[in-house]
Amino acid sequence: MSDGAAWSEALIFSPAEWTAIFLSLKVATVGALASLPFAVGLAWLLARRRFPGKSLVNALAHLPLVLPPVVTGWLLLIAFGRQGIFGRALEACCGLTFAFHWTGAALAAAVMGFPLMVRAIRLSIEAVDARLEQAAQTLGAPSWYIFATVTLPLAAPGIIAGLILGFAKAIGEFGATITFVANIPGQTQTIATAIYSATQDPNGAATTWRLTGIALAIAFVALFVSEALAARVAKRDAG
Amino acid sequence: MIEIAVEHTQGDFTIAADIRASGRVLALCGPSGAGKTTLLDVIAGLRRPRRGRVAVDEAVFLDTARGIDVPARLRRIGYVFQEARLFPHLSVAHNLTYGARFASRGPKLVAFADVVALLGLEPLLARGPARLSGGEKQRVAIGRALLSNPRVLLMDEPLNAIDDARRQDILHLIETLRDAFAIPIIFVSHRVSEVERLASDIAELELGRLIALRGPREAERP
Repeated sequence: MSDGAAWSEALIFSPAEWTAIFLSLKVATVGALASLPFAVGLAWLLARRRFPGKSLVNALAHLPLVLPPVVTGWLLLIAFGRQGIFGRALEACCGLTFAFHWTGAALAAAVMGFPLMVRAIRLSIEAVDARLEQAAQTLGAPSWYIFATVTLPLAAPGIIAGLILGFAKAIGEFGATITFVANIPGQTQTIATAIYSATQDPNGAATTWRLTGIALAIAFVALFVSEALAARVAKRDAG
Repeated sequence: MIEIAVEHTQGDFTIAADIRASGRVLALCGPSGAGKTTLLDVIAGLRRPRRGRVAVDEAVFLDTARGIDVPARLRRIGYVFQEARLFPHLSVAHNLTYGARFASRGPKLVAFADVVALLGLEPLLARGPARLSGGEKQRVAIGRALLSNPRVLLMDEPLNAIDDARRQDILHLIETLRDAFAIPIIFVSHRVSEVERLASDIAELELGRLIALRGPREAERP
């Protein structure tokens, strides 16, 4: 076999690798999109409202950023596992299972990306001139309408950045995911956990390289898309 | 009848003024730091004073003694801010109609076409606020406030960011507004000489105190 043939073979992804790639994209997309409304809501509260316990809420939202991911994963298992209070309730009411299921990986990704999203979105909401919101008030608009038509569109670049950040974090999430939903090929094995398995396998070098390349490509595309969208919004605002 | 009685402390600045004006155009005058904009904010409901009463004709917006404090969005007060505060992501047309969907309350005094014609906004409608001059922004802000179907129009230093040539236009415009739409106007200026022509009542403020209040008769005197 020539060197060239060996190289082209080394570039072919195995079905198991494709599965891990698509699962990662699904987990990250669902995780980021599902947590977005909560992140926007919390960011708005933190940016624009004063309420008792605000610093505690802020600290709780940032907890996944500083906790060891394994701890977060274990707490998720306790709360959202089959025997956990939320896990049992959600299974009973909506048929949602998290433990050892891709939805669990999405939940872990969402929780881990949440602080990054809230932070980016909060900063962008704080940067929206509150005097514009006052102007909207004097024009008779209720709070929800002002939020939807003034705050949200003007904070859009930060919200997009937060979403992409949450997505990228979800693609890279490892510790909480493997603790909460394990590393089952075809079920919960993502790019990150597949790379981990491959590094443990004496014959896994090619897989590691291929998946590393994909991880790099996804990261680049995510950053590029976020820059392009933010530039478009900036251009629109410049009138 | 415009009635503004306010007592308010903010840091080491205290404002205490009791203004009653019977005319249709009230000017609040005084040097900077006199509390003029604070008063406008209180009238609009953007700032809540410690004690006070704000009423225009039969509409009571604030009466702390009776526990009345109508939220800003329900006061129907058109506020033309000093710095225009146009929504930067919306076209001039969308800025103008922003308040229209909430303006159903009360009789409509102002029509879109009339405002656009009066303020000369037709060529600007498709533009974004970033591509407007200072005077154009001011005119759009006036139009936007008028189209929210206000019971009162507040104008904060409408003559400030405008060159001398344009100043006469805006003065003329306020006169036209006064005559064309039966909406009481309260406006702020730091120069008494500027306002005498169009104000029916002039309240002079200094350091948060009312130092002179001249009614229609005195104001008309040459």
